[in-house]
Amino acid sequence: MSSAEVTGEEGRPDEIRAVPVRHPGRWVAAAVVLVLAVAIVRSVVTNPRFEWSVVGHYLFDERILEGLRITLELTIIAMAVGVVLGIILAIMRLSPNRLVSGSSWLYIWFFRGTPVLVQLFFWYYIAALYPKIGIGIPFGPSFVHLNANTLIVPFTAGILGLGLNEGAYMAEIVRAGIISVDEGQDDAARALGMTRLQTMRRVVLPQAMRVIIPPTGNETISMLKTTSLASVITVPELVYAAGNIYSTNFKTIPLLITISIWYLVCTSILYVGQYYLELYYGRGSSREQESGLPATVLRGLMSFRLPGGSRPGGGEHR
Amino acid sequence: MITPMVLAEGVHKRFGRNEVLKGIDLEVAPGEVMCLLGPSGSGKSTFLRCINHLEKINRGRLSVDGELVGYRQEGERLHELRESEVARKRAEIGMVFQHFNLFGHMTALENTTCAPMRVKGVGRDQARGRAVELLGRVGLADKLDAYPAQLSGGQKQRVAIARALAMEPKLMLFDEPTSALDPELVGDVLDAMKQLARDGMTMVVVTHEMGFAREVADSVVFMDGGLVVECGPPEQVITNPRHERTRAFLSKVL
Repeated sequence: MSSAEVTGEEGRPDEIRAVPVRHPGRWVAAAVVLVLAVAIVRSVVTNPRFEWSVVGHYLFDERILEGLRITLELTIIAMAVGVVLGIILAIMRLSPNRLVSGSSWLYIWFFRGTPVLVQLFFWYYIAALYPKIGIGIPFGPSFVHLNANTLIVPFTAGILGLGLNEGAYMAEIVRAGIISVDEGQDDAARALGMTRLQTMRRVVLPQAMRVIIPPTGNETISMLKTTSLASVITVPELVYAAGNIYSTNFKTIPLLITISIWYLVCTSILYVGQYYLELYYGRGSSREQESGLPATVLRGLMSFRLPGGSRPGGGEHR
Repeated sequence: MITPMVLAEGVHKRFGRNEVLKGIDLEVAPGEVMCLLGPSGSGKSTFLRCINHLEKINRGRLSVDGELVGYRQEGERLHELRESEVARKRAEIGMVFQHFNLFGHMTALENTTCAPMRVKGVGRDQARGRAVELLGRVGLADKLDAYPAQLSGGQKQRVAIARALAMEPKLMLFDEPTSALDPELVGDVLDAMKQLARDGMTMVVVTHEMGFAREVADSVVFMDGGLVVECGPPEQVITNPRHERTRAFLSKVL
């Protein structure tokens, strides 16, 4: 082991070409993982009870696709409600008026403090509390009377349950983002003659986005999966659609696999979307511009190279 | 008689129990360059922030160009101005900060065009033309599309000056504009300020740059403990201070 020369011809130190430290432990770990992985894949492929043909058959079944559509609708609308509500609640929370900030705090306390499943049931059974919903002057006469049972169908109950709950979580995320923006930005904007609203919209929120986007992406991915809870209040989303099918043909496992595939496809697409959003809102935050998705994927793959060799793109094992 | 650009009469400012300004009397004439000197904690920066109502004063009267800052007087009573009215008055006063406070998500050009477009309603092309001219004047013609993170401290501060000037202010406030800069970058920023002074801009400058104060200022104010200790032309206050406190301070910074 004497391959590393210290000095070159002109006395300048050569580039270091040392023998890397061997990591036998890592090789053993990798071998164990590999064996386990092969065993799992083999059993999944060869076990006939997985009924992969059934999975394939139902993957593009009309009822499953309809369930997927409802799942996506629920996710998008509930997240939209959550984000808008979150921004409003966060700004309220930062208001100098105690009543305004206090009511925001109370909202967040309540909706974060009770399970979302319970909240979904509440909205589903709201007609038991308020059979009629009227629009009018508070404590005064109302002009329109609506039957709660026709107004709050399962889908609306699902939107309300998921969206209002999400608003409480988004409020904390948005607030953290706003607080992360330096107060000097506020000073500068107001010194230029911007109103509080302009300052918030043009200066503070765009910069808060860099902090807000990553957790919001996580929330969206989480929401996509949480919509499955709406199946208990008979919203015909993926889980409900699958349940409808396997309750008649008893192909429970294959159908659960079918919808799992759809969930995975959707979350994967969301990951990619989140990456580009982060890139957009991260502009101006670093000296060098990022080089785009392919480079990152490549870098990610590099870090998964087998241990032992030199790993230019990878992080160290800890 | 000419209306003073800034007129302070017995200005007091408290933060909780901490009295930061204990009765400031000052007058800045149009076209005058005034430098505020003094140890940290003497209230210089706070006073500057009171001039454009970033801080509310608790007692006294403060007016800019003959109009009260933040209030409207009807008979004996003062009425607080609405936010939009305060904003409109702030738009006429430029301010440059110690830590630049450039908008991080905007390029140098966008930083400079943002307020004229959003606040004064200037058209995009006109705002752009003016911004290009101003950034060129402070020596940043090649940095229009750079984000603040890609600029050096001195370049950032010159963008900040261009951003303030884009609003065509009648008064410029500088809050220790060179204190956060590497010594070698200070010169460019001071040159931009000297140019501005030569063009006749009214300026109130909080600074520790004695050379700048001596060369550019029409009057120098030495503050300590929330009070004006001494005030006069630079050759008097800096070269021949009358007060012991001024002499002690100057002996440390000169």
